[in-house]
Amino acid sequence: MIIDVLYFAWLRERIGVNREQITTSAKTVTELIEELAAIDEGHALAFADLKSLRVALDQQMARFDSSLANTREVAFFPPMTGG
Amino acid sequence: MRLSVQESAFDLGAETKAFANGAAGAGAIVTFTGLVRDNSGQVLGMEIEHYPGMTERAISDMMDEAQARFALTDALVIHRFGVLAPAEAIMMVATAASHRSDAFAAAEFLMDYLKSRAPFWKKELGPDGQTWVKAKEEDEAALTRW
Repeated sequence: MIIDVLYFAWLRERIGVNREQITTSAKTVTELIEELAAIDEGHALAFADLKSLRVALDQQMARFDSSLANTREVAFFPPMTGG
Repeated sequence: MRLSVQESAFDLGAETKAFANGAAGAGAIVTFTGLVRDNSGQVLGMEIEHYPGMTERAISDMMDEAQARFALTDALVIHRFGVLAPAEAIMMVATAASHRSDAFAAAEFLMDYLKSRAPFWKKELGPDGQTWVKAKEEDEAALTRW
């Protein structure tokens, strides 16, 4: 399947793009992260510390063990700092 | 209820007045405004990034939840993104209810959730460069009281 992967804040800066289309057979967020981290050094660095990462699937907060079934958009970002 | 996620500045006085005019019948209105701190001149500005689409969805959900929990008659959230100068208003929350306890509690509830559950990321622009603001543990902990 093809999914849109979005990056925000320092993840976007480390990876160098704010969005990319990925063809993947990953079943969970964790499997997708393993594939993304293998792309290049920037991706590897961005996914080095999962404790400081959050994930949203189709704009809803999710977990690393969440299933990617029927997901079109995956977003990775650091903890939010709104308000 | 009204939500606006916008790049442009807003007029705090005009927004508060319009909210009050529309809240006829309420007994209490609480407003909160968050500003860019200047930290004794160490902050030259702030850049706020957000996740278009998810931001609006997440805040709308929070406002629905606040209305249900605190018997609000009305609520307003304005949150800016883009580059802001020190002392500029970043965001405002207004709540209207029959009694002040609900209006205050709902404003605090919305602020606590906006801090940690609305997809915004702040970057401070200082004399020595740019730094992403780190999320505070106490902000996450604040959610447990609700």
